[in-house]
Amino acid sequence: MDISRRDAFAIGGKLLMLASVGATLEQITGAEPAPDAYKVADHWWGMIVDVDKCIGCGNCVRACSNENAVPKGYFRTWVERYQVPEGAENPRVDSPDGAINGFPPATDESLKSFYVPKLCNHCADSPCVQVCPVGATFVSPDGVVLVDETYCLGCRYCVQACPYGCRYLHPEKNTVDKCTLCYHRITRGLTTACCENCPTGARQLVDFKDPKDPVHEFLRQNKVQVLKPQMATRAKVYYKDLDGSVR
Amino acid sequence: MIPGVDGFMYPNEVELQWSILIVLYPYITGLVAGAFILASLERVFKVEAVRPTYRLALLTALAFLLVAPLPLQLHLGHPERSMEMYLTPHRSSAMAMFGFVYLWYLTVVLLLEIWLEFRADIVRLSRTTKGLVRMVYRALTLGSQNVSPAARRIDDKVGYVVTIIGIPSAFLLHGYVGFIFGSIKANPWWSTPLMPIVFLFSAMVSGIAAVMLLYMAAMKVMKRAVDMRCVDTIAKYLFYTFVIDFTLEMLDLIHRTYEADESFRSLDFMVHTRLMVSQIILQIILGTLVPLTLLAVNQLWKFSEAVRRSMYTVAGAFTLIGIFAMRWNVVIGGQLFSKSFLGYTTYKLDLVTREGIVPAIGLMLLPFAIFFVLIKLLPPWPEAGAGLKQEPGA
Repeated sequence: MDISRRDAFAIGGKLLMLASVGATLEQITGAEPAPDAYKVADHWWGMIVDVDKCIGCGNCVRACSNENAVPKGYFRTWVERYQVPEGAENPRVDSPDGAINGFPPATDESLKSFYVPKLCNHCADSPCVQVCPVGATFVSPDGVVLVDETYCLGCRYCVQACPYGCRYLHPEKNTVDKCTLCYHRITRGLTTACCENCPTGARQLVDFKDPKDPVHEFLRQNKVQVLKPQMATRAKVYYKDLDGSVR
Repeated sequence: MIPGVDGFMYPNEVELQWSILIVLYPYITGLVAGAFILASLERVFKVEAVRPTYRLALLTALAFLLVAPLPLQLHLGHPERSMEMYLTPHRSSAMAMFGFVYLWYLTVVLLLEIWLEFRADIVRLSRTTKGLVRMVYRALTLGSQNVSPAARRIDDKVGYVVTIIGIPSAFLLHGYVGFIFGSIKANPWWSTPLMPIVFLFSAMVSGIAAVMLLYMAAMKVMKRAVDMRCVDTIAKYLFYTFVIDFTLEMLDLIHRTYEADESFRSLDFMVHTRLMVSQIILQIILGTLVPLTLLAVNQLWKFSEAVRRSMYTVAGAFTLIGIFAMRWNVVIGGQLFSKSFLGYTTYKLDLVTREGIVPAIGLMLLPFAIFFVLIKLLPPWPEAGAGLKQEPGA
C-alpha cells in the first residue's frame, strides 16, 4: 500500500490527538500521587531508647546485620553492657562482637548493670556531614544521615569526626558505611529492622513531625538524654534513664 | 578479648582508619612550608648569610610538594574519585580546600618563584646545550628569551612580590593541615586551636633542618667548602623556631594537664604506655631536647668548624626524626584511644600492602629522586651554572 505524504501527515495528526487525549485523561484520573505516598518534607526521623527495657539479647544487632548485609566485624548498631561500681568511676564496659550473640553472664552481680543500644544518632548538626570533602554524606530532608556510596572517596574523615564511633569503611565497597535508619523500610511505612525485632520495645523509631507520634508524650513524661550532649550535634536518638557513666 | 585491644573500644574503632600514609602527609607538607620560609628569609628579610641555600630551599620545597598529594591519593578508598574534590567541593569541609590550597601554592607561589629565579639560567642553558636537553630548556623558557638587565629587574620585583604572597601561603598550606586535625571536636587529642600554629612551627623546624642537612650533604658530595657563616645562621634560625615550637607544644601539654578534662586520664595513660617510645623518647627527648641542646650550646660557645658541622648534622637529623615522631603521635596517637575514653587499640603497620611501610618508604625516597633531577636540571649554585656554561667551548 502506498502512503502519500498527505496520508502520513493525517495519520500523524490523529496519533498526536490520541496521545494528547490519553495524556489529558491520565492527568484527570491518575496523575495525583497515591495519598499514602511518602513525602520527605512531612517527616523528621529519630529514635527513642528506653535503657531499662533493654535486656541485651542482641536481636537488634542480628536483625540489622541481616537486613543491611553488614560486613562481619563492623556494626551499624551494637549493644554495650555497663557494670558500674559505686560513684561511676571506671565502669566496666563490654560489647562482645557488638553483642550480636548477646552477652556472657555478668562478672560481678553486685555492680549496677544495664545495657545501652547504640546506633547513628542522626544528628541534625552532624560533624560527619560537615567534614565530608565532597558532600557524599548528607542529612536527608527527613532527617536521616546517609552516605552516597557512588560518590564517597573513602577518605574516612567522617569516621574521625563522628564522636560516637558509628561509621566504618566497608571492606568490599571501600566507601564509608553506617546506619541508614533502614531508610528503604521507613520510607515505605515500615519501622527499622532493629526496632521491629526488639522483644521489649526498648527502641522505637519516631517521627518528630508527626503530631500523633507517641514521641511527643514520651518526651513530655520522661527524663531523657542524648549521648555526649557536650558535642552539641543535636543528636536525635533520645535515651530514657541514661546513666551518667555512659559515653 | 580482641587482640591488641585493652579495655573497651566502640566496636568500629578497633581498626585504625588513618595509616602511616596520613603521617607522611603533614610531614611532607611541613618540609615544603619550612623550606620555603627559609628561602624567604633571604628574599624578603634580606638575611644575606643564607643566600647559598636560597635556590636549594626552593627546589627542596618543590621536590616535596610534588609528592605531597601522593600519600593521600594512595590512601583513598576510591582514588579515581579524588577529582571530585575540585569539581564539587563541599564548602563546609576543611579537607575539601586541600586541592585549592595545594594548587595555589604549587602554581602561583612555588613554580612561579622558581621560574623567575632560574629564568636567566634557563635561557642561557637553552642556548648552550644541545639535543633533547636543549628542547627541555627551550620549553622551560616559556617563549621568553629576554634576559636584559631591565627584564631581570622586573623578574626580581615580581619574584619579591611572589615571595611576599608566598609567606602567608606557606603558613596557609601547613596551618591548614593543622586545622584538619585541630577542628575535629570528637577527638580531644586533636581538638585544640593550637594545632595549626604547632603544625606551622614544627613545619618550619623540619624544613629548615632538612635544607641545612641537604646543603651540607650537597657540599660534601661536590667536595666543596661549606659556607659556615650560612650554616651558622641557619642553625641560629633553627634554634629560634625550635624554641617557639617546643614552647607551644609544652603550653599544650601544661594546659591539658592543668585543665584535666574528661579525656585527660585516658590520654595521659596512652602517652605513658602506647606512645612511650614515639612520644617521650623519640619526639621529646631525642627529637627535641637533644637537638635543642646542641643548637643552644652553639649560641653560647664557639666551637671549631668541624665540631660545629658534626653538631649541626646530628641536631638536624634528630630534629627530622623528632618531627616525624610528632606527626606519628598526632595521627596514629589520635586513633589509639577510644572516644569512650575506656580503652585502647593497637596500630598494626603492614609491610607491603597499599598503606604499608614499603610504599611509605618509597614515598619518602621519591622527593629525593625528584630533587636530584631538579638540581641537575636547574643547578642551584652559580658556580655549577658557570661550569655548564663553559661546556660547549670545552
